Amino acid sequence: MSAFSGIIEYNMAKLTKKEIAQVAELARIAQTDDQLEDSVKDVSSILGFVESLQAIDTSGIKPSSQVTGLTDVWREDVVLRCELSRDELLANAPLTQDGYIKVKKVL
Amino acid sequence: MPSLACLSIEAAHELLQTKQISCVELVQYYLDRIKQYDEKIHAVLTLCDTQALTQAKKIDEKIAAKEEIGVLEGIPYVAKDLFLTKGIRTTAASKILEHFIPPYSATVIEKLESVGAILLAKTNTDEFAQGGSTENSAFGPTKNPWNTHYVPGGTSGGSAAAVAADFCVFALGTDTGGSIRQPAAYCGITGLKPTYGLVSRYGVVAAASSLDTIGPLTRSAQDAAVVLSAIAGQDTSDATTITLEDSDFTHTMIDKPKIGLLKAETQLMDQIESSLDDLGWSHTPITSDQYPSDEALTAYYIINPSEISSNLERYDGIRYGEQNKDATNTHDTYTKTRQEFLGAEIKRRILLGTYSLSAGYYDAYYKKAMQVRTKVIQKYEKLFESCDVIVAPVTLGPAFELGSKTDPVEMYQVDILTVAVNLAGLPSVCIPAAIDENTGLPLGIQIIGKQKDDAKVLAVAREFQNKTNWHTKVEEITL
Repeated sequence: MSAFSGIIEYNMAKLTKKEIAQVAELARIAQTDDQLEDSVKDVSSILGFVESLQAIDTSGIKPSSQVTGLTDVWREDVVLRCELSRDELLANAPLTQDGYIKVKKVL
Repeated sequence: MPSLACLSIEAAHELLQTKQISCVELVQYYLDRIKQYDEKIHAVLTLCDTQALTQAKKIDEKIAAKEEIGVLEGIPYVAKDLFLTKGIRTTAASKILEHFIPPYSATVIEKLESVGAILLAKTNTDEFAQGGSTENSAFGPTKNPWNTHYVPGGTSGGSAAAVAADFCVFALGTDTGGSIRQPAAYCGITGLKPTYGLVSRYGVVAAASSLDTIGPLTRSAQDAAVVLSAIAGQDTSDATTITLEDSDFTHTMIDKPKIGLLKAETQLMDQIESSLDDLGWSHTPITSDQYPSDEALTAYYIINPSEISSNLERYDGIRYGEQNKDATNTHDTYTKTRQEFLGAEIKRRILLGTYSLSAGYYDAYYKKAMQVRTKVIQKYEKLFESCDVIVAPVTLGPAFELGSKTDPVEMYQVDILTVAVNLAGLPSVCIPAAIDENTGLPLGIQIIGKQKDDAKVLAVAREFQNKTNWHTKVEEITL
């Protein structure tokens, strides 16, 4: 019987700066060069940590994406009145104009 | 005036109903304590004193008119700053929501409001409920009321510290991978993670949606049962919710539960074994191989960041929250806003999740982790064939010192005994069960049941607390 040590041994995964920069762009997070270096180190270390998953035999095992067993939960499609005014709904938007949310140049 | 120290819900209710104290006095007692001691603890992010006192006055008028009040009516509580509260700032302890005022309240907040419970404050947490110590809060860490050099645990660390410091009668927290149970263990209180879906998540800032649960942190299992009875049940705004046939969790009795005892070589488990023997409860050992731990932890750290990365896409700096001022186009508004206002741990998990969900890696990471999740569920099914409940440590040791865990993976490893419960959606209640010899800090066990056996795990915890006094040690804290 093995005891819980609380320590799982692992090696760093090997990720490149280019790969992490690409992921950061997909995730829409800008990074300075220093931040990018840190991200490469951290993500490599975490991916190395979870690498032991690959050794687990999961052939023929169905993935579980949820645990409730509920399927097709329906409700009546009814219109609910929104009690909030336009101003209240827009109060949290950082940039507005004439009762609309304003965005900066898209293209 | 009678002593108001560490009141149970029932005791507070009795004092109010028999007019031994007014509701305003009760609320003021907690507000005074928060004002006096929170500088040291930093459990609170936003105080709701004006609203709380207004509500208390109304309840006093009701009592004066000789009306009966409900068991939670006039009972002061605090909520983790992840629960949306209409008109009251809700930050998720993130800079990106520093000034966010929700236009509506979470279902559980509305439910508690409808039975007259009084919200005193919003409490500190790790940013977006990701971490294990509240050190990831953008507004500074919470300290453990037992010893302020130590963390209170996380992510519901503010709520746990508030209950231990007697800033409230009870608190609300969320548990995605141990965030109610671990801080409850570190602060020597009771914390319930209910069956997934038993409590509505509507209006609670989403972290990892297939794992997130909501529950109470209290000074006894009985109080946890009272709160759960008020907040559980189906909600049309959260399609994963269920209503159990018996929705009163306060009265289930269990005489001699069949216990599966997870063997871990810790001072705590030696203590527990002798406690169970004293109670005359039979227990059969569960070995570390039989119990999902290492594989659950690694699967969790794929599933959690994947769902985080997806849920946190909404923080784009456009519709609400903070916005970077230098960006000149929409693309840069997104990227610079997220760079400026999201904390390091959140960015780390978003990157990891985006990587594991991206084309080419999905099968190797996310799908694989979901298959391992099935194996975790199967392991529990097998274990529950021969026991009613599983008793396990919540953590392998007591709270650690502030600033002592700087490596992210080292912090993740603290979750080794809590995350499997979330992967399987099981109910688990943490109760204090020993004091660590070296530090004098509390240690907690969790009582884990099959899905929907929330009443049973609470009954076992209540019975344990009826016959032992570990849960009253928290009353000895001096701030």
